[in-house]
Amino acid sequence: MSDQPRSADHFVAPIKDATLTVDAVKVSAAKPRSLWSEAWHDLRKRPTFYIALLVVFIVLLMAIWPTLFTQTPPNDECFLSNSNGGPAPGHPLGFTFQGCDIWARIVWGARTSLTVGILATLIGSSLGLVMGAFAGFYGGWLDGLLSRVGDVFFAIPYILAAVVVMTVFSQYRNPLTLAFAIGGFAWASTARIVRAEVLRVRQSDFVTASRALGLSRFQTLVSHVVPNAIAPLIVVSTLALAGAIVAEATLTFLGVGLGSNVMSWGNDISQAQASLRVAPLALIYPSLALTITVLAFIVLGELIRDALDPRARARR
Amino acid sequence: MFAYILKRLLQVIPVFFGATLLIYFMVFSMPGDPIAALFGDKPPSPQLLAELRSQYHLDDPFIVQYFYYIVGIFQGNMGVTFSGQSVNDVLARTLPVTARLAIMAIAIEFTLAIIIGTISALRKGKLFDNVSLVMSLIFLAIPIFVMCFVAQYFLAIQWGLFKPTVGAQNDWGDLWLPALVLGVSLYATSMRLMRGSVIDTLNQDWVRTAYSKGLSRSRVVPVHTLRNSLIPVITNSATNFGVLLVGATVTEAIFNVPGVGNTLFRATQAHEGPTIVSFVTVFVIIYVLVNLAVDLLYGLLDPRIRYV
Repeated sequence: MSDQPRSADHFVAPIKDATLTVDAVKVSAAKPRSLWSEAWHDLRKRPTFYIALLVVFIVLLMAIWPTLFTQTPPNDECFLSNSNGGPAPGHPLGFTFQGCDIWARIVWGARTSLTVGILATLIGSSLGLVMGAFAGFYGGWLDGLLSRVGDVFFAIPYILAAVVVMTVFSQYRNPLTLAFAIGGFAWASTARIVRAEVLRVRQSDFVTASRALGLSRFQTLVSHVVPNAIAPLIVVSTLALAGAIVAEATLTFLGVGLGSNVMSWGNDISQAQASLRVAPLALIYPSLALTITVLAFIVLGELIRDALDPRARARR
Repeated sequence: MFAYILKRLLQVIPVFFGATLLIYFMVFSMPGDPIAALFGDKPPSPQLLAELRSQYHLDDPFIVQYFYYIVGIFQGNMGVTFSGQSVNDVLARTLPVTARLAIMAIAIEFTLAIIIGTISALRKGKLFDNVSLVMSLIFLAIPIFVMCFVAQYFLAIQWGLFKPTVGAQNDWGDLWLPALVLGVSLYATSMRLMRGSVIDTLNQDWVRTAYSKGLSRSRVVPVHTLRNSLIPVITNSATNFGVLLVGATVTEAIFNVPGVGNTLFRATQAHEGPTIVSFVTVFVIIYVLVNLAVDLLYGLLDPRIRYV
């Protein structure tokens, strides 16, 4: 080989032939948009995004400020004379078999369902983030250990695990225990996703640069790797929130969730099943509330996922 | 292939012991004395108490008790339910029913997923595709017990197409309604995977080659595309098996199918700790074994996996 620079072989178009226009220069000079602003740009154009957001907003408002939606106080006295009664002024959805206001119970139940869902997701996602980030970033024996622990938790379907936990803690059947029972076992799949993303980000030049600048491994992980690996976690957490709300209702239906004195959608549905033949609406309304809320979170999660992953968008 | 099987079997061992140990630990920390619970109001004599405690190894440390428990499982002895029945006997009675329900549900799930997923992929962006995607979202969002009640109310009580509950005498035919609900509750995830997978496969070189050789679409789609698109759906059905088990518990409870799930449901309703734990353990063991089986099958289907 000669010492000629290889670029000498290439044909370079003369300036006057090159089709560089002013527009092209402008585009390249513009600041490249970040992943998030691009995702936001994509989300803003989707009507379903606004609908889902609106539903989430209404349910959140119901949970924070229930008196805005109903004048009936929580655990209001139910009159058997109203049993299975139709809509009445102030009671738009009618009454349950026990004579309780269906709409009021839905409104007050939103708080329980959302509290359990959000707490369980916070617990599950934080556990998943810590386990996945440490396993992916440090690798070696720590990865081996944490991944095996994750495999064990992954091998137990989390609702079944929560059944055992709630049986053990049957004296403490409250939203907090339930959230721990769900979140404490639902983190394994989150951890796998975070680990894969951290493994990918770890290869980046800015991680090497941060190490070269003298940051410790832990500081690099916290301030450079995790912020860049957070996108899939947000998607998974939104979908997990939907799953946790369903898990609460399922566990309550199974009889190991919240006590029957707590107002939650799961309780409303399982109490209405006894009179399904004569009063199906007492079951349908809380089921609708549950389904619409879950649907809103699923739609939100999937829209964010598509917005963050252009490849998935192209496939649609 | 042998190395792959061996590796996969070795991976299952820590998972199996870890999962059973975890459940056992939770139960071990359960408050209350199980022996005292056997007697009720009349306190037993100290000798009898000591004898029973040593018979059930209750004085031994935690890890020794776990050891006895695991040895029992390997000898095929799953323990005793709250009412004193052997778990083995209950399983012999209920497991075939649940297996039948699960097979029917998976068959319904796969049929729906493959047919709807493939048509959606072929009509990508058209009306059928959009409707099926919206439907799958809705079916993803409806909790299984809500779906059970709605199906029970409309299909059985209102329209009389099925029997509302199944009961002790059950045949393949009696399980149609619960299997239908369970299958429909599972199809959405599989359908979307199938759709994505078919779309990916349709863009592959060999499909273009098949078309350019002059093969018709009715030959290319089933033979060259479908078989290659099935792998992600099958893998997912293994992970999804946990959802199936929980779903089976709820479905069997609502339709009164005398399966393992119904036994678990009755135990949770009556707060019978030992029974709950035995049957959750049974489910976890089944789940681990199904995942192992699907992984081995996967290695058989896709030669590339064996060498990773």
